[in-house]
Amino acid sequence: MMLSVRDLTVSIGPETAPIDIVSGVSFDIGKGEILGLVGESGCGKSMTSLAVMGLLPQPGPRIRGGRIDLVGADVTQLQPWQRVEAGHGRIAMIFQEPMTSLNPVRRIGDQIAEAVRVHDGVSGAAAQARAHELLDLVRIPDAALQLAAYPHQLSGGQRQRIMIAIALACRPQVLIADEPTTALDVTIQIQILGLLRDLCNRLDMSILFITHDMGVIAQLADRVAVMYGGRIVETADVGALFNEPRHHYTRGLMDCMPARNLGARRLPTIAGQAPRPGAIRTGCVFAPRCAAVQDLCLVAAPPRIVLSEGHEALCAFPLQGERPS
Amino acid sequence: MSETLLEVRDLKTSFNVKRSGRKYRLKAVDGVSLSLVSGEVLGIVGESGCGKTTVGRSIVRLVQPDSGAIQFRGGDVLGARGAALRDVRLNLRMVFQDPYASLNPRRSIGDSVAEAGDINGVFKSRADRAARIAETLSAVGLEPSFATRYPHELSGGQRQRAGIARAILPAPAVIIADEPVSALDVSVQAQVLNLMMDLRERLGLSMLFISHDIGVIGQISDRVAVMYMGRVVELSDARTILDRAMHPYTRALMAAVPKPDPSQRIVGVVETGEPPSQFNRPTGCAYAARCPLASERCLAEAPLLRPIGPDNRLVACHNL
Ligand SMILES: Nc1ncnc2c1ncn2[C@@H]1O[C@H](COP(=O)(O)OP(=O)(O)OP(=O)(O)O)[C@@H](O)[C@H]1O
Ligand SMILES: Nc1ncnc2c1ncn2[C@@H]1O[C@H](COP(=O)(O)OP(=O)(O)O)[C@@H](O)[C@H]1O
Ligand code: SF4
Ligand code: SF4
Ligand SMILES: [Mg+2]
Ligand SMILES: [Mg+2]
Repeated sequence: MMLSVRDLTVSIGPETAPIDIVSGVSFDIGKGEILGLVGESGCGKSMTSLAVMGLLPQPGPRIRGGRIDLVGADVTQLQPWQRVEAGHGRIAMIFQEPMTSLNPVRRIGDQIAEAVRVHDGVSGAAAQARAHELLDLVRIPDAALQLAAYPHQLSGGQRQRIMIAIALACRPQVLIADEPTTALDVTIQIQILGLLRDLCNRLDMSILFITHDMGVIAQLADRVAVMYGGRIVETADVGALFNEPRHHYTRGLMDCMPARNLGARRLPTIAGQAPRPGAIRTGCVFAPRCAAVQDLCLVAAPPRIVLSEGHEALCAFPLQGERPS
Repeated sequence: MSETLLEVRDLKTSFNVKRSGRKYRLKAVDGVSLSLVSGEVLGIVGESGCGKTTVGRSIVRLVQPDSGAIQFRGGDVLGARGAALRDVRLNLRMVFQDPYASLNPRRSIGDSVAEAGDINGVFKSRADRAARIAETLSAVGLEPSFATRYPHELSGGQRQRAGIARAILPAPAVIIADEPVSALDVSVQAQVLNLMMDLRERLGLSMLFISHDIGVIGQISDRVAVMYMGRVVELSDARTILDRAMHPYTRALMAAVPKPDPSQRIVGVVETGEPPSQFNRPTGCAYAARCPLASERCLAEAPLLRPIGPDNRLVACHNL
């Protein structure tokens, strides 16, 4: 496994009364594999990925339990620089809004060369040459010209390619992409998704791809983890997930997509809204919104049921595996 | 016989912007014509920055267009004053993308919802005002007690309901909804879309519904206008556009929608190119650099919107 996360719990609040914002999360990503992590706003996707990166904001959220293994080494409590020093696996991250991560007053070429200098220890012509190579890798045409440009002179899609180029400077074995196409239009999104898939194949890189969009998951992921209220409620191969969603939340997410209901007078909805962290202390976190809720769900934490090889759901009464229309 | 409520003719709106010390004139909307008949929902779809919001803001006079004409029930909107302006303000109401930004954080929900009524002297008495607020909140599925709450106490979906209440309180003829569900999670998005479809039927509202999401647009619209770089490139019935798009940009847009079906993958298959910078707009067709059908003429001459085929459809393209 390139990345293996076991029972990860991230908490806020006082030591004596912690509130879990990520609760017992486990997943694995194999070499060259894309794991899609999907869920609604505030469900804990970003906190999970920041914990994996060793980049949780300080002070505030902290890892209270569990273990993170990167390319075979336990990195749970290591800062990013400690990981580099110890020669552990290489991991990089890209974010939703490239403009906030790029320096607006520095040329693109200098920003990429800076990343190259940090990782390869080279500067000058050698760094510029590698920067050129990275731009080619992310398929930016006229690389020489673009190296001299400032971020605002590029389109949103090109800026996201630049961010990917900077992330690739450390030759990552694992790339975390946190909603990298959410701010882009579909015609540009599809190009960026194509680029990520291509990099994954060519460089044998593993990707943790975070999104709230089930359509994007269907297009890109090999495996999927569905997150709700800080927990992973279902994991499956992408085909199995879409063919036979077994958790009621997964099914609800699929049903309420407008693209599945064009022209319908009413859209199916999931009643209510996602809970605040810590609001639900007993039973199933999805119970207040679940159409299939039973008495047991309110008083007992749901079991993690293995439905078939690689397909699990956190539910006492999982769906029987009918295909959504 | 349905009446034409809103008529926009050859609207042009531009902005002065500064980039790296140089000043530019950015043509956000470059000759848009649209009409809206009573009871209808006209969707406007297109990528970020193509001018959708600017069309909406020009209609409600939040920005000053350079040229063009806008008429509401035959009366001039852009030059309206006095009683005519009041009529425009109460009848053309906007719902914004970010409900947090559009509600004043220091005013109660009730005061925000009543604002247009207060300014325009709509309420007969304090009791009438309170009753209208309560009735409007109920219409959008909020308890009347929300009137005394503040925006930060509401969830995203509740805030957007409050934003809709604010728009419909004066019983307007037209709602201009600018990406009203784009900031919401899918499950909440469906709740708010259902509400808008209900209100449309119950109150007989007409709507200009702006979104970059063709799925959302297809859901709610009767007709659809597709915009690209400040212009309408295709306009027709929603079904016609969804089932048989004609303009090369509309077709790319439809092809690039990520289908929620892993057995129909388009990643790495669909080539759609990327738009040119808004600061160096090409002289001919703005889509030419991305267009598989582009010819010499497309580089020299911008295509005009014209009727094509039997479907009551307008397309701006030389090569169809
Ligand atoms: N620095 C912080 N301190 C305290 N709570 C936080 C902090 N950052 C996030 N949270 C809370 O933790 C929960 C998970 O947040 P997170 O950002 O991981 O969600 P997300 O799934 O990435 O959502 P989105 O789709 O909106 O990006 C949320 O309830 C959020 O309000
Ligand atoms: N007040 C403004 N000042 C300068 N530029 C603006 C302003 N409003 C919009 N623009 C620019 O006009 C273009 C069209 O914007 P907008 O109508 O918001 O597009 P859309 O709603 O389709 O995303 C964009 O390039 C945008 O940056
Ligand atoms: S455990 Fe119960 S409430 Fe939770 S998802 Fe399953 S059926 Fe619904
Ligand atoms: S006018 Fe030419 S470039 Fe523009 S869409 Fe039509 S064929 Fe393509
Ligand atoms: Mg996030
Ligand atoms: Mg807009």
